[in-house]
Amino acid sequence: MATSATTTHSETFFDEVVAATPGNPHLDLCLQCGTCSGSCPSGADMDHTPRAIFALIAAGMKDTVLRSNTPWYCVSCYYCMVRCPQEIHITDLMYALKRMSIQEGLYHKTGAPEASDFAGTFIEYVESYGRSFELGLATRHHLLHHPVDAVKMVPLGWGMWRRKRLDLTPKRIKGIGQLQAILAKAKELRGAA
Amino acid sequence: MKYSYYPGCSLERQAGAYHQSALAVAAPLGIELVELEDWNCCGAIEYIAVELLPAYALISRNLALAAQQNGKGGNQLVAPCSACYLNLSKADKYMDDSPELAAKVNTALAAGGLNYTPGSIRTRHLLDVIVNDIGFDKVKEHVSSALTGLRVAPYYGCVAVRPGFHDHFDDHEYPTSMDKLMQVMGAQVVDFPLKAHCCGGHMTQISQSVALELIRRLLKNAHDYAADVIVTICPMCQLNLDAYQESVNRHFGTDYQIPILYFTQLMGLAFGLAPEELGIGKEFIDARPALAKVGQVGEAAAGRTKRDKKALPMPRMAGEV
Repeated sequence: MATSATTTHSETFFDEVVAATPGNPHLDLCLQCGTCSGSCPSGADMDHTPRAIFALIAAGMKDTVLRSNTPWYCVSCYYCMVRCPQEIHITDLMYALKRMSIQEGLYHKTGAPEASDFAGTFIEYVESYGRSFELGLATRHHLLHHPVDAVKMVPLGWGMWRRKRLDLTPKRIKGIGQLQAILAKAKELRGAA
Repeated sequence: MKYSYYPGCSLERQAGAYHQSALAVAAPLGIELVELEDWNCCGAIEYIAVELLPAYALISRNLALAAQQNGKGGNQLVAPCSACYLNLSKADKYMDDSPELAAKVNTALAAGGLNYTPGSIRTRHLLDVIVNDIGFDKVKEHVSSALTGLRVAPYYGCVAVRPGFHDHFDDHEYPTSMDKLMQVMGAQVVDFPLKAHCCGGHMTQISQSVALELIRRLLKNAHDYAADVIVTICPMCQLNLDAYQESVNRHFGTDYQIPILYFTQLMGLAFGLAPEELGIGKEFIDARPALAKVGQVGEAAAGRTKRDKKALPMPRMAGEV
């Protein structure tokens, strides 16, 4: 079984998922006990619970899995991961499914496209400045994806600004050139892997 | 004791009160926090959802800088933000487990003239440092204005206690270190069964209805146990419970008014520091009425301006009653 984040020559969808997860996620040990689903705070809003997702992965139902809103509704609370009797790295598997869903171009069909759009906007700021920028992130995300609802964010933004909890301009780190070189190299390695 | 300090993006502004109060209580305790020079964002939970190797490279630049600046702050890196703490310790652990991943990350770091040996920097949460390196006895010596009578609900959130990649400093599901710390401050710690449940993280930006329900549960739980204040160790938890409390009230027809403070803010008050030195007043839900109840701020300061109910209707600001 492939155990590395960097091996991608896999035969089955199961192997593909495992290869896309750092370290050894122990996915082959899943007992289908459902502890993960029972522990999940947003399980009720998912179209397949984590346990069902693992069964679907084992069954090779790639399209169903990558169109699911499940990984996007994961709040990264790690309850499933510390409770799993088989020590499966569930949260990391959810991140892997998000990445695969984006790579396959299926995330817009997941029923939760806002999540990856938000992540995309977040990343643009980090890659340009080296730091996240809340005002820009929230405004751009809402104007691009929820222009009608954006106005609802105004009281919150104003409240943040009034309490000196909001920067009006982003901060750029000194070593932004260095960071961008590192990220460019990392993306190149990802492509070659 | 000397530590490298990684404030993280939230503490730069949004959670400025955490930054200010952390530094204010660290000094008398002899914790010397040397800010990591030119640190970058840890990527929160967003970066890793889109990119794997670049996310690990992003995080590792900080670890590499910490190793490079070792002489200034030692080999321990303190993060007050739970998400930063998780990302830094997780990247370190997974690179330690997978030499292949570490090699690729190092190839990327080399493009910026950096290098990192997994395991060489130990990432710590600020709560862990205060409780385990300084200890309750030493902390107690600094308490000059005990928080007697203040009912505190200690809220740990998720990722400081789960999954615990390096320093599993407290129980995953029922942590108690902050409970004990608050008792040392003289506060009355209430039972808070949901103390390690999730605040929703960035779900407020993705699905408000899912997020608001998670926040509501926490507020209800603290309210059921008659807490005067919820105390947090994470800027994300503080923001969600504080800035979205009015949204929860509107959404569910509730009327919660529970102030959310950082544990370092309450420590500072117990140490006799002034509220202004601790960033108190930056919260949406005013903490002063609760603090006035136990004599921590003057009665005058605690007066909440309530609008005359017979007056003409006016738009209401978030946090206003």
